[in-house]
Order: sequence, then C-alpha cells, then structure tokens
Amino acid sequence: MKQKLIYLDNNATTKIDSRVLEVMLPYFKELYANPSSIYSFGGIAQKAVAQSREQIRDFVNAKTDKEIFFTASGSEGANTAIKGILESDRTKKHIITTKVEHPCVLNLYKTLEKQGYKVDYIDVNSNGDLDLDELKNAVTPETILVSCMWANNETGIIFPIDRISQIVKSKNKDAKLFVDAVQAAGKIPMDVQACDIDLLSISGHKFHAPKGIGALYVKSGTLFSPLVIGGHQERGKRAGTENVPYIVGIGMAAQLAKEGLEYESTEVRRLRDKLESNILKTVFNSRLNSGIANRVPNTSNIGFEYIEGELILLHLSDFGICASSGSACTSGSLEPSHVLRAMGVPFTALHGSIRFSLSRFTTEKEIDCVLSVMPRLIDKLVKISPFQAELEELRNLRR
Amino acid sequence: MWDYTKEVMEHYRNPKNVGKIDDADAVGEAGSLVCGDALKIYLKIKNNIVTDAKFQTFGCGSAVASSSILTEMIIGKPLDEVKKITNKDIADKLGGLPPEKMHCSVMGYEALENALSHYLKEDVTSGKDKLVCKCFSVTEKQILKAVKENNLKTIEDVTNYTKAGGACGHCKENIQAILDEYYKTKPAKEKPLLTHTQKIIKINNIIENQIAAELRKDGGDIDLIDIDGNKVYVKLKGCCSKCKNSTLTLKNFVEATLRETLGEDIEVVEVEG
Repeated sequence: MKQKLIYLDNNATTKIDSRVLEVMLPYFKELYANPSSIYSFGGIAQKAVAQSREQIRDFVNAKTDKEIFFTASGSEGANTAIKGILESDRTKKHIITTKVEHPCVLNLYKTLEKQGYKVDYIDVNSNGDLDLDELKNAVTPETILVSCMWANNETGIIFPIDRISQIVKSKNKDAKLFVDAVQAAGKIPMDVQACDIDLLSISGHKFHAPKGIGALYVKSGTLFSPLVIGGHQERGKRAGTENVPYIVGIGMAAQLAKEGLEYESTEVRRLRDKLESNILKTVFNSRLNSGIANRVPNTSNIGFEYIEGELILLHLSDFGICASSGSACTSGSLEPSHVLRAMGVPFTALHGSIRFSLSRFTTEKEIDCVLSVMPRLIDKLVKISPFQAELEELRNLRR
Repeated sequence: MWDYTKEVMEHYRNPKNVGKIDDADAVGEAGSLVCGDALKIYLKIKNNIVTDAKFQTFGCGSAVASSSILTEMIIGKPLDEVKKITNKDIADKLGGLPPEKMHCSVMGYEALENALSHYLKEDVTSGKDKLVCKCFSVTEKQILKAVKENNLKTIEDVTNYTKAGGACGHCKENIQAILDEYYKTKPAKEKPLLTHTQKIIKINNIIENQIAAELRKDGGDIDLIDIDGNKVYVKLKGCCSKCKNSTLTLKNFVEATLRETLGEDIEVVEVEG
C-alpha cells in the first residue's frame, strides 16, 4: 500500500502552491520574451516582472518598487547584501552578527574573517532569544554592518528586529542592518519601513514558490556594489536576463503569503501547538528545545532525550512522516546543530532533536496521525538505548 | 538522504539482539553521549566460543545496523575468529556504508575490542593501527602521514586535513601528543643553513622556475625585488598587477610555494608601483 506523505519539513522547503504554478506556466510556453526587448512582446514580460516587483514591495512594505531586486536564492541575497555593503566602504572592518545565523551567512563571515574583517557573534539564551545588551555593547563607530536573521530556521524563534534596529542606529547611525528574513517570510508580518531595515532577503521556496528564486530589499539611498556584474538588468545591481516565470511565481507566492498571514497565526499555530503539547504530554523523554514565546507559528523543535535524531527521522520516514533533525548524523557534517549548542541544549537532548515545521497545507488529520505514531515509535527506540538507568529516572520523574 | 543499503535498512528497522545480558561474561563500551554515538555490547562466552551477544546503541540508523549485524556475526564464533573482525568486515556485511558513516561501524568494532580486552585481560588492539579520532575514525598512522606530508604544526591543521578532532574534540590531547612526539623525534638536519647569497639564488630560482612560469600562463608575471631576512619583496606584473585576487595569489600561491620549498616562515611582501 502506498503511504500518504505527511510533510512537516516546511522550513526546509515547501510545496509549490498550484495557484503559483498556474500563473508561471504561460511564461514557460507562449510568453517567453526577454523583458529587455523593445517590441510589445517583450513588454508583456517586462510588465509581468514589474507586477511581481510590486507584489514583493507590498509583501515587505517597502516604499518603492525600485528597492526590490530579484535573486536566485536566499544565499545569493545574503551574499549580495553583505559583500555589497562591505565593498561600498573598505575602510570599516567591523561586522556584528549572531551565533545562530543560517550557515549560508555564517560561512561567509568565516571567510571574511580570514580576509581581515572582525566579526562579533552575539549570544542567545537558553530560550533562543538574542542578548540585546551584548549587541548594544558590540556596536562601535567602526561597525559597518549588523546582520541578523528575523526568525531562526531551527527553532522558529523571532528576533525583535525593530528593537535591534533602534539599538544599532542609536549607537552608530551609519551602520547598515541586513536582515535574513528567509524564515520569517510568509509566517509573520514584515515591514521594512517600520523596522528601519536597510537590506532584507527572502527566498521563494520557503513560501510556496519554486526553488531558485529570491528577492532582496535594499533601502533607497543605500550604497551597495553588485555581486553579479554584466548587463543593466535590475538597474545594474544584478546582471543576467530576468528569470521571468520564476519572478512571476515568487510575486504570486508573496501575495498569497501575505493574504495567508492571518491563517498562519491562527490555524497553523493551533495545529503546531496541538502537535507540540501532545508530544510533550505523551512522550516521557521529550522536551521543548526553545522558549515557547516569540516564535513563528509553524515551527516546533523538540528534543527526545537519549535517542539519536537520525534514527527517529528514519523511523518517522517509514510512516511517511517528513521532519528534520539538528543531530550530527543527519547532515554528514557530523557536528550537531550550532543553534541548539549556542542555546546550551543539553547533550542528552541535542542529538535527539527533531524539528517539525508546518504549512498552510498541513491538516488536522495529519497532525493526529503523527500524534498516534509518536509515542510507540519513541518507545521502540528507547529500548535500544544504552542509557536505560537514565531513561528510567526520567520516566519516574514524569510520573 | 543517505544512500543506505537494504541490509542497513533492515537492521535499523528490526535490529537483532537488542538488550542487556545480566550475567554477561564480557561487556564492552564505545563512544559517548557527547559524541552522539554510544554503544554497549554484552557477551556470553563458553569454551572460548561466543554463545550469545546483545547490544544497546545510542546512535543513528547505521550505528544501530552495525551493532545489530555485529552481534549476528559473532554469535557461535570462536574468540580467535571474533578477535580478527575489523570495522571493514562489519561495513562489508552491511553491503557498504556511506563514507561519512564509517565511524558508526568503527564503534561496534571498538566496543567489541573493549569487551574482549576485558575478558582476555590482554590488549587486543596492540599491533593494530590505533584509532585516535572516534567521531571520524581517523587512525594514528593517518594523522602521522598527514603531518609528515603537509608539514602540519597545530591541532587545527590536523583537523583541517584529516577531520580528526573536528566533532567532539575528545581526541585533541592525543593529536597534540602525536604532534609533540613527531617534532621531538624528527631529525633536525633537513634544513641546512644557507648563506645569504645561496638563499637569494634559491629563492630566485623558485620564483623564476615555479612561480613565474605558472603566473605567465594566466598572463601575469612576477619579479623578485629584495630579500630581507625572511621577508621576500616581489612585484606583480601583467594581469596580476590589476587582479583583484592578487593578495590571494601572493599568500596562497607565492608564499605557500616558497614556504613549502624552503620550509621557513617566509613572508611575501608586495612592492607597489
């Protein structure tokens, strides 16, 4: 019997919304023109790109369309933003970021450190919340860039971007704030003006657009050098013929995501909370790995003590359930999650951490199915563990 | 997604011989909770034959599969045969493991060695290549080879080259000991002292024959300007002088080549204009 898939790994990637695919298809088939072409056939593509730019502008509440640039991914957006700002003033060599950024940003900073930049990595507490005092102390007149994610991909913890912006700008009004909003997009409202953000990047495939398309917001008046140099596309800030169908797709996805925010904060949240609270109740060796407040509505990171995460994922997969883990073994890097380690999650739970991330397509039935599977699955795996005495102690504690 | 074999999948889904033997004749342990892998193996031994074996594993799918198949491999076998089992045998029996997952099979092998050492009161590991980094299964011989061939000086170097010490870090002390031992016993000759003139000639030859020849392929060139102690002053020409990556060329190629050949702390300095 073919099993039904239960997809709870939406922070990794999402299903393309059929309405998104629908509006993309004509641009693969009959409307294939180059938007730069002068004839009216080209004009159709140009208008489609312009419309998407407007949809993205509205999504992040930028002031003008000119502040939106299309990219091929969240990583490209981050690289463009970070390198673009650093190139604009080579005299300043101090950058501030957090310990829990996405690897695409952290690895870039590791490279920049080798090139002579000084990078401060701000700590988080055990809930996953950022140490704002440490941030405040770190900002100096030499600081050129502060780079901070809006929501964490592993825990869903939201950083208070408006507060962070105030702190940074009050100490150094010239420092630029880059926000990696890849995990916030489509989950919580974003307002680049209200939060006084200088640069912000998003990635389409995290909110039901296809992979391979992203967008970067750059506040007008911000000096930045392009990463990809060539043609005049994207006002000279990102060369390369526009990927029209995908640009159309991310525009539509952004519009739908904005319309769906209410559903996200009510229904998706309700299902996430149901999943989370029931697992914590029925599985004796489970613990919530982050604080319960300040989270995007779709993410839950649960640690199962004394069992290894990959083993849990493999067994979940046998039930058609897709989730992910911060365990060392799943990635091939053999290092457990830097996010959970920064939060000080104990080793007993670190390797057995599982992230469930829902979407607007998640159903109650799916959550019920996971809940029916989880206790016996964990029970089976607990039996294999060599830490029987410790597990017994936990069991008694929970009684 | 790991590319696990049918055998691996079968053994993590339905592991054989899970549990504890209360009156075991030998118990072996490997790994730790911190590393993310920990294994206990229990043996019943009668007339030098393993009559029963059970295991408990904290670890990923392949760790459980390796433990499970290991118990199957040893039950009913005489100790002489059991002693000869290696991690490769375990992996082979599973139809192979992804390279990143080999450390899982090593763990089973280590726990078994540990159990046998206790039982036989002898070190069954003697003579074998000693495992230093358990997380990445890097042996002493592998580390020594990397140190020798690449002139590695620090633990960090060793980690970058071999991955050893890159995960839990428990073996860092042992890596340092290997480094200390190597540099203590390494004959000091190798680098005969050069006169200043000999040094200039040698550096000039390296720059001319090895470095400039490479740079010219890309339309660049290099001139030796001066030498002051270990500082080598050079001027980049042609395409190199305009290249954005010239600093990288200087450090990663010119300086690295000189250091490799001369084995000294050569610093290359670019002379502008």
